[in-house]
Amino acid sequence: MAAGVGLSSADVRLQGRAPGRTRRRSPYPTWFFLPAAVIYGALFLLPTVASLWFSLTRWTLFEAEFIGFENFRQFFREPFLVQGVVNTLIYGALTSGLKTVLGLLLAVLLTGNILFRGTLRTLVFFPVLVSTIGVGFAFEAMMHPTKGVINVALEAVGIDGPGWITNPSLALVSVALVDVWKGVGLATVIFMAGIVSIPADYYEAARIDGATRWQLFWRVTVPLVRPATVTVVTLSLIGGLRYFELIWAMTGGGPGFSSDVIASVIYKQYQAGFYGLATAGNVILFGIIALVVLPLTWWFNRREVDL
Amino acid sequence: MTAMSARRPRRRPTKWRPIVTGALAMAVAFVVFVVPFLFIALQAVKNRRDASRLNFAWPSEWQAWQNFRDVISERNYMLLLAYFNSTVITVGAVALLIVLAAMVGYVLQRRRSRLNGIVMALVLAGLMIPPAVVPTIWVLQGLGLFKTIHGMILIQVAYGLSFSVLLYRAFIATIPKELDEAAIIDGAKPLQVFFRVILPLLRPVTVTLIVVQSIAIFNDFTNPLYYLPGRENVTVQLTLYNFQSQFSSQMNLLFMNVLLVTIPPLIVFIFFNRQIVAGMTAGAVKG
Amino acid sequence: MTRMIPSAALAAALSTLASGAFAQEASLVYLVDNSPDTVAVAEALAAAYMEQHPEVSIEVEQRPGGAEGDNIIKTRLATGEMADVFLYNAGSLFQALNPTQTLEPLDDLPAMTGVLDGFKPVVTGSDGKVYGVPAQAAMGGGILYNIPIYEELGLSVPTTWEEFAANNEKIKAAGRVPVAQTYGETWTSQLFMLADYFNVQAEVPDFAERYTANQAKYADTPAAMRGFEHLQEGFDKGWWNEDFGAATYDDGLRMVAEGEAAHYPMLTFSIGAIQQTYPESLENVGFFAQPGPEGAPNGLTVWYLSAIYVPKGGEHTDIAKDFVNFAGSPEACQVILDTIGATGPFLIEGCELPADVPRAVADMLPYFEGEGRTAPALEFLSPIKGPALEQITVEVGSGIRSAAEAAALYDQDVVKQAQQLGLEGW
Repeated sequence: MAAGVGLSSADVRLQGRAPGRTRRRSPYPTWFFLPAAVIYGALFLLPTVASLWFSLTRWTLFEAEFIGFENFRQFFREPFLVQGVVNTLIYGALTSGLKTVLGLLLAVLLTGNILFRGTLRTLVFFPVLVSTIGVGFAFEAMMHPTKGVINVALEAVGIDGPGWITNPSLALVSVALVDVWKGVGLATVIFMAGIVSIPADYYEAARIDGATRWQLFWRVTVPLVRPATVTVVTLSLIGGLRYFELIWAMTGGGPGFSSDVIASVIYKQYQAGFYGLATAGNVILFGIIALVVLPLTWWFNRREVDL
Repeated sequence: MTAMSARRPRRRPTKWRPIVTGALAMAVAFVVFVVPFLFIALQAVKNRRDASRLNFAWPSEWQAWQNFRDVISERNYMLLLAYFNSTVITVGAVALLIVLAAMVGYVLQRRRSRLNGIVMALVLAGLMIPPAVVPTIWVLQGLGLFKTIHGMILIQVAYGLSFSVLLYRAFIATIPKELDEAAIIDGAKPLQVFFRVILPLLRPVTVTLIVVQSIAIFNDFTNPLYYLPGRENVTVQLTLYNFQSQFSSQMNLLFMNVLLVTIPPLIVFIFFNRQIVAGMTAGAVKG
Repeated sequence: MTRMIPSAALAAALSTLASGAFAQEASLVYLVDNSPDTVAVAEALAAAYMEQHPEVSIEVEQRPGGAEGDNIIKTRLATGEMADVFLYNAGSLFQALNPTQTLEPLDDLPAMTGVLDGFKPVVTGSDGKVYGVPAQAAMGGGILYNIPIYEELGLSVPTTWEEFAANNEKIKAAGRVPVAQTYGETWTSQLFMLADYFNVQAEVPDFAERYTANQAKYADTPAAMRGFEHLQEGFDKGWWNEDFGAATYDDGLRMVAEGEAAHYPMLTFSIGAIQQTYPESLENVGFFAQPGPEGAPNGLTVWYLSAIYVPKGGEHTDIAKDFVNFAGSPEACQVILDTIGATGPFLIEGCELPADVPRAVADMLPYFEGEGRTAPALEFLSPIKGPALEQITVEVGSGIRSAAEAAALYDQDVVKQAQQLGLEGW
């Protein structure tokens, strides 16, 4: 068991194999993927692949009749599809944009040297704790057009508040703002983790060079916090395009169809029992998300190599 | 690098600045983040008639205790059973998620192979594709896991993996590769490197993930609705959902319920809050 | 646990011998929607049954109502995970369950002879078998009104739409809210449209048949479009309460019970809710059928809302059927009366209403007693009901869409439903 022997034999083994030969034992074994892959494959992948078949059928859950691409044709004929697509993009862009910008600004503020820092960190994260249903209840009540706290407060200062979630042209934006309220804490925490891992000597060097606060932010913080930015943008964009729980809890896609997004259109079809149609809708939604997110991810990764 | 202090050096000339910004931020945060919670809490302690007005008026009578008792005892103490079920699901799923996702993220980041593209595609697919409910139920039935707590745990793991892997992968990139190489030269096996060297260093992300995932799983209601039917399997958010119409004319009880189901995530957060900050500064020291 | 089963079985066998009757130990689950009245009745029925059959235990399980509930029912039936007994809508929603494949026919139940013939078609499958037993009293869809406002302004109950509109103008002139609308819960927006069906049928007797066969449309049948027009008229003339977009069903009941609004178009099962939530105002609420055009007969659109079913392949099908048999008996009617009071005439022979029913129920009963004064709502005559109707009626009632456009849009909406059901001619 002499250390020297062991070491030298390892050296021999290393030299004995040509570099790039596949049978070398990697310290990063692929079987690490295995346990996750089994669960993921059985409970997510398999059902998803099975559902692809059903998107080509008229499916009542009790029987499925093959109808080719009729569901996809029907889905594109949905009267509110165009509005749904537009709403989805607005909602995704608005929520992810605001979460990223506000999250970064809050993270800078909360990693800086200010009074009440600990309390503020806690407060910002607080809404993340409440369930979507709970947030929906509270804001539906507070955004009530006549009795709601928000409009009552506005009235006190002489402003006639709008019907936040009852005005068809405002409902989607109102829900998006609540979504930002609920989700910005998470973005902030991810950004904070990114900022504190920026070595302090970078700031020190920049400061010695006479950089202003503004320059420090743009020249040091923003570029170096990039991995966190990528994470926040990707996650919140996918979330904004795909999730509709808050929309569902607050407006149900209404008034009428004015705050419907693709996901809520699909959900309504699903509830109505049009299972094949809803499955086809899911395939289309996946396509749209991939169309938006994949180029973005590719672009982010390319920039990463440049750096 | 390790000698560097985690905190940025203080800047001397503008002492008033942190105080003003802090106070200003506090005022804004109070309106934006505290007022909605006060609103929920206030409705929860009112009587039924006051609560139906949904305003900030002072309650004409305080009945916090009575509302609390009414909500807890509703439907034969369903809420207590729900607390138990939700806690078991959350703890089980989060523990599995942390270990499995970190393993995937670790190898995914460290090893360059053709498999990476496929794994990344699957991870993104998991984020982007909405789950197919009915086929999933068939799989669960085939495995004998439908309507069971452990089936629910595995579902939450399957659905939470993508997010966790993505986060781990991003943060493992910040851990210098020299650290695992040193351990490997010392003769550590892959599992030992992972559990002894890497996982402890991932503490900041792990804490963040524990908080985020346990809240998400605890607050989830659509998945238990489909995969865990049955009265004895009720979860916390489902009580809220079930009580919604029952309490539709009793907003005080509805908000008391909201308040009560928010408490466990709050405890998790308070418990880990200091660790998030501590963990992040620790990460900064090493990074 | 496993070791205890034989002894439990033995005990059960002994008790069977002792009582001399056939008895089987079992525990059933009865799945119902989570509205307070439904849960209260379900639990009372279960308790009454268990008292007679101590060897059986019945547990009431709740599910959400509305479209979410439809989805859960279908998912659980399709995956073979349905409760032993469940409560669900009759009519078009029942047809969507594919009853001939998923449900147990109940024709042979003794109670079935007591079920009124008028009810049976709405729970009959395509094979002609009956699959459900009525779970609640018949109800009307029409207009609840606040009696003190009517007395104060000297108004009389309208029998034509013109009189109704004139009343509304007087109420508005007096500074009161003529009609409560509550789009915070979208299903409530459909009432003006759906409750108009008696009037549609009076004018176009074969509408339902031709509608199912894809020959008649809302957009090209003026009588059918009138329901949408009523909604548009209400919005255009400013009849609604100010917060109609956010108000809830409970708000609507409070408004009409406490005199904040004069009318609330609603189904009469809401009388039970008023009784529970605003008991002091119960006698201030009256009811009339939705008035039709001048010179037409005046009658009521009737809902046979829900029934009790037994799924195929359950573990205790016989006991489940026995429980359903009990739920269809006059005894069960008495249990319902004791729990939530009278909300309308029962659909089971031998069930009598007490002499003192709430005012609104008393207003409704004459329609049932007169010949030809009721018609079922369209969803009980045709399997087709579009899923987006409640959003469309919200749009019309909110002034987002005109009645004509809405009718055309709704015609488009029902196509998917008809195709899904595999109806001919679509």
